[in-house]
Amino acid sequence: MTAFARAARRLSSMHSPRAWIAICAVLAAAALVVPLSNAFAPAGSTLHFPDYLVPILGKFMCFAMVALALDLVWGYAGILSLGHGLFFALGGYAMGMYLMRSIRGEGVYRSDLPDFMVFLDWKALPWYWHGFQVFWFAVAMAIVVPGVVAFFFGYFAFRSRVRGVYLSIVTQALTFAAMLLFFQNATGFGGNNGLTDYKRILGYSLHEPSMRLTLYVVSVLVLFVMYVGCRFIVTSRMGRVVTAIRDAELKVRFCGYETNHYKLFVWTLSAMLCGIAGALYVPQVGIINPSEMQPSNSIEMAIWVALGGRGSLFGGILGAWVINGAKSWLTVALPSAWLYVLGALFVAMTLFAPDGLIGIGTALRARFGRRQP
Amino acid sequence: MIESTAAALSLAEQETERKSETRAPVKHKLMLWVDDVTVDFDGFLALDHLTLAVDEGELRCIIGPNGAGKTTLMDVVTGKTRATSGAVYLEGQSIELTKLPESRIAQLGVGRKFQRPTVFQSHTVRENLELACGAKHGVFRNLFGGTSRAEDERIDNVLESIGLEDSARRRAGLLAHGHKQWLEIGMLLVQEPKVLLIDEPVAGMGPSEMERTAELLKGLAGERTVIVVEHDMDFVRGIAQKVTVLHEGKVLAEGKMDQVQKDPKVIEVYLGA
Repeated sequence: MTAFARAARRLSSMHSPRAWIAICAVLAAAALVVPLSNAFAPAGSTLHFPDYLVPILGKFMCFAMVALALDLVWGYAGILSLGHGLFFALGGYAMGMYLMRSIRGEGVYRSDLPDFMVFLDWKALPWYWHGFQVFWFAVAMAIVVPGVVAFFFGYFAFRSRVRGVYLSIVTQALTFAAMLLFFQNATGFGGNNGLTDYKRILGYSLHEPSMRLTLYVVSVLVLFVMYVGCRFIVTSRMGRVVTAIRDAELKVRFCGYETNHYKLFVWTLSAMLCGIAGALYVPQVGIINPSEMQPSNSIEMAIWVALGGRGSLFGGILGAWVINGAKSWLTVALPSAWLYVLGALFVAMTLFAPDGLIGIGTALRARFGRRQP
Repeated sequence: MIESTAAALSLAEQETERKSETRAPVKHKLMLWVDDVTVDFDGFLALDHLTLAVDEGELRCIIGPNGAGKTTLMDVVTGKTRATSGAVYLEGQSIELTKLPESRIAQLGVGRKFQRPTVFQSHTVRENLELACGAKHGVFRNLFGGTSRAEDERIDNVLESIGLEDSARRRAGLLAHGHKQWLEIGMLLVQEPKVLLIDEPVAGMGPSEMERTAELLKGLAGERTVIVVEHDMDFVRGIAQKVTVLHEGKVLAEGKMDQVQKDPKVIEVYLGA
């Protein structure tokens, strides 16, 4: 009872009642309305949510998780990472390895080994591929591997007091180096083709509409849990320490805080969240390859957060949805114009709404509201 | 150089003598001892074999012209700048500070107020004070726990003594300049430090605010050891028990304000105008 009451009080301290209602409305629309209309409304009717959009929306949910994770380190801790694509891809590769192992002799070469290994004339599985036939092991690795990489990188970077734009550049170099490594066939992750041609997950076919819908709903729920978790962090006493580090790190250190511990905590957590996002992304798009580690991918992630509004968790999510929505639509409707639109959007937002999409309401009210008393 | 070392030695002797003489050892205990510290910035000696001893409960003012090494001295004590040679001891000789990281020094009880008021702009006044006293808990305690009742009480008391009870819920960035200075002093107080280093507390303050600050600092002395660096001579005259004059990284004179003011060396370099 007391534990329950305490949890309820903590939840209500995280958001105003109105904000909770808005969040639950978005959750209900995404997790109930979309699946119901896709599954039960007759195909062709206006109420029917088309099948082809389900994995696309699922992909957006994964991108929103990345934006959330990046907003946590950039918007709150002031650490701009331009290498979060790496953590996303590592999570994706862990899941991809499981999906490759679960093909089990149904590949082109009818071998127990993944097709690309047969093609490279490998006789046995490399040691680091063992264990990935087990789903939960792969899921654990999708979280642990990005976490460990981020921990060691962060430990040394923060200890040497690498900060600001220098840190951003180093993160960029890190993902670039990893990309070059993964491009090599000898690394053992399928070279530039990556891992693809998956057949099934947990015994169920990946090509069934019901499986796609399931993966989408799982993505929505995971995103919601992550959001609540991140909100818990930023409204905690520890979250206030983190924002204080963003605003005046030296002062925080003189208050007696070991600021590196705090930075390392959010940094590692953020990487782990990206790993989860990557693991949910791969079964929905059906492929993972080193191009996910391209520096431009990571920069795009930072643009989602910047446009949506950093320092407000929902802003990051909104930015990921809006930009990717516009991208999906425009790359079909006006393929040559997409990059110009993105550029123009970025300039316009910087000029007129520096707090991002989430801040537009307040910016408008400040400019036009209360003209007359 | 030799002179100042000798002076340091005799000072230290005096301290030990005084300690043994007095009946109550709590008074006149040596709280901070800067022992023969040199800071060499590529050939420029910001501190030149500087020695300084401050007793427990003392309110010490440090004055000196620009570039005398006042801020560097604070930087060395708090660990922001590393001493090229020499040592800094806290509480007699029990703890040596120059090898420790800033956060550790702060945890040991050395609090510092910067020249420019640095409060956490996007947090409220109360949150600023909460932040200032949460350092000992570590990441996970702070993630799941709130402030303890003792902490809340301490924060309430400090809010009262710095006169910001009514602004507790305001964002610190919106405070007037003088109030920010008080808030920053308050942030030191909730940490319950042994030694307070305060850099220019009345810069940019009006007369009434200055008076209030003087009272605040005088109220702290006795209970805590307070070291104030200040340019405003009237203010220093108003609060100081003992003044140390720095010049070119060395101690030029030390003593009561009126004595120091009569010292011809001091008049020459600093008070002449």
